[in-house]
Amino acid sequence: MVVSDQQNELMEWQGSLDDVKHLVSERALTGETMMLNMGPHHPSTHGVLRLLLELDGEEIVTCLPDVGYLHTGIEKNIESKSYEKAVTLTDRMDYLSPMSNNMAFCLAVEKLVDLDVPERAQVIRVIGLELSRIASHLVWLGTHAIDMGAMSVFLYCFREREHILDMFEMLSGQRMMGSYFRPGGVWRDLPEEFMPALEAFLADFPRRVDDYEKLLTSNPLWMDRTQGIGVIEPEVALAWGLSGPTLRGSGVNWDVRKAMPYSGYEQYSFDVPLGEHGDVYDRYIIRVREMRESVKIIQQAIKRLPKGPFRSENRKFVPPPRAELGRSMEAVIHHFKLWTEGFSAPDEEVFASVESPRGEITCYLHGTGGNKPRRVHFKTPSFMHIAALPVIAKNHMIADLVAIIGSIDIVLGDCDR
Amino acid sequence: MTIAAPLNPVDALKQHFPDAVLDVREFRGETTVIVASAELPKLMQFLRDTSGLIYNYLSDISAVDYWEPYGGIGDRPARFGVSYHIYSMLYNRRLRIKVYVDEDDPVVPTVTQVWPAANWLEREIHDMMGIRFEGHPDLRRLLMPQDWQGHPHRRDYPLGYETVQFSFNVEEILKHKPFARSQD
Repeated sequence: MVVSDQQNELMEWQGSLDDVKHLVSERALTGETMMLNMGPHHPSTHGVLRLLLELDGEEIVTCLPDVGYLHTGIEKNIESKSYEKAVTLTDRMDYLSPMSNNMAFCLAVEKLVDLDVPERAQVIRVIGLELSRIASHLVWLGTHAIDMGAMSVFLYCFREREHILDMFEMLSGQRMMGSYFRPGGVWRDLPEEFMPALEAFLADFPRRVDDYEKLLTSNPLWMDRTQGIGVIEPEVALAWGLSGPTLRGSGVNWDVRKAMPYSGYEQYSFDVPLGEHGDVYDRYIIRVREMRESVKIIQQAIKRLPKGPFRSENRKFVPPPRAELGRSMEAVIHHFKLWTEGFSAPDEEVFASVESPRGEITCYLHGTGGNKPRRVHFKTPSFMHIAALPVIAKNHMIADLVAIIGSIDIVLGDCDR
Repeated sequence: MTIAAPLNPVDALKQHFPDAVLDVREFRGETTVIVASAELPKLMQFLRDTSGLIYNYLSDISAVDYWEPYGGIGDRPARFGVSYHIYSMLYNRRLRIKVYVDEDDPVVPTVTQVWPAANWLEREIHDMMGIRFEGHPDLRRLLMPQDWQGHPHRRDYPLGYETVQFSFNVEEILKHKPFARSQD
């Protein structure tokens, strides 16, 4: 067999543990401390996260996260899709709150081509985003509690999440990967059965949150496991680019919904819960309170939901409704152009940022002047949080590491994209 | 506590780094300052610590490839662009600092000493775009395997796939894997 130069080069590769030697302490080299792999198939790493731990007994000396197991090349794939089609891919990043990813991408596209979003679409988006927030926090609470040995919370949380997924199915036809938000609005109007389901859920849900709190908030076992664990100083949190509840747990009052409102968030009144100690317990309290705040936001959104179009009337960017195709030649042309070629965007760069349940998702979008983007880049909260994990986890017990991983609320699909 | 009046970041940069600021662009209300890469860490330190600016939060670092066959370059000075999106919590505003990087020697000085958050963002760009960050403490690949060849986010890297491993072709595939030698 003829071996090409490139294959030769591959065979010559000499990677080994020497590459990470400078990252562990000297005691690891003498064998005084132990190197231990945690993951990628460990149940409490919340996905396929691999941690290379240097342990002194049970104490963590160094923690080296290894990510990339869920890398699916979403950013690279979007470069070969038109803007409308790319929305489907963004769902798959943070699969516990797909609508937040949709929102970040749609905001960037709308900014790039200067597209309006009607009032009704904005309110529907807020309802979807806050429902995603509740659904995501429910998964977080359930898995976080199960990591620490509290089994029943998990079952209760998933029961309530099921109702939200049912509502997502009404909206988009899909329980999870709905691709419901599109540039210029949402895919379709709220179906008839949605509002009664939503109102029933909102009437019931605060009582359920009380139930979770009864099980955990003043439970001495829970407090022992979480208070004073994984303390993040506010300076450290800012320097390492943490965001969302993890940042606010350290007492930094920064929420993108308040600081740089999008989709009309400035018109809703809601509180941003803040922590004092920056430990696992504070981050737990914040997320539970955020669920209650989300209920408040949705209730306001229901009250203000205006009548009108659910997506932009700008036919150069948004396809016409099906009914128009039978009457208008122009509608046929627009429909054909948008579904075959898509729309063009200028050769410029824009930046959009949203507050997802986990933190700040930013979308950097660079057009080409044609119908496909030149580059899309998402900075995702899980990515930044795992990067900071070595700093947070240092000198903790290995059992506390499980609590810390739960409290920074990571999703590996979000990290690896 | 009184908060210092906000300064115009572009004017402040032009005053303190007259040689480094190459161009300023505005698009949809976003300001992009294009700077020379040589003094980048000093410039970032200045933006972070000067009263009236206080860009204390690094939101994102993104790299973009202006490869010519995909309608790139044009009036741009080089093939790669690296954009730093920084944010000031005090004044609630964003700024984009951009450097252009040459194709032949893609090197940018690291800003990890200014924002530790840059650590993984720079590693990701090194992995996916092949831009080296001088002075970075741990510039290994991040998302791709350590033995990966090429940089997937470059425009000249095809949207390909890895051959699926079956029993009939497993030997052929393992031949090209670096770890296969130790199993001999």
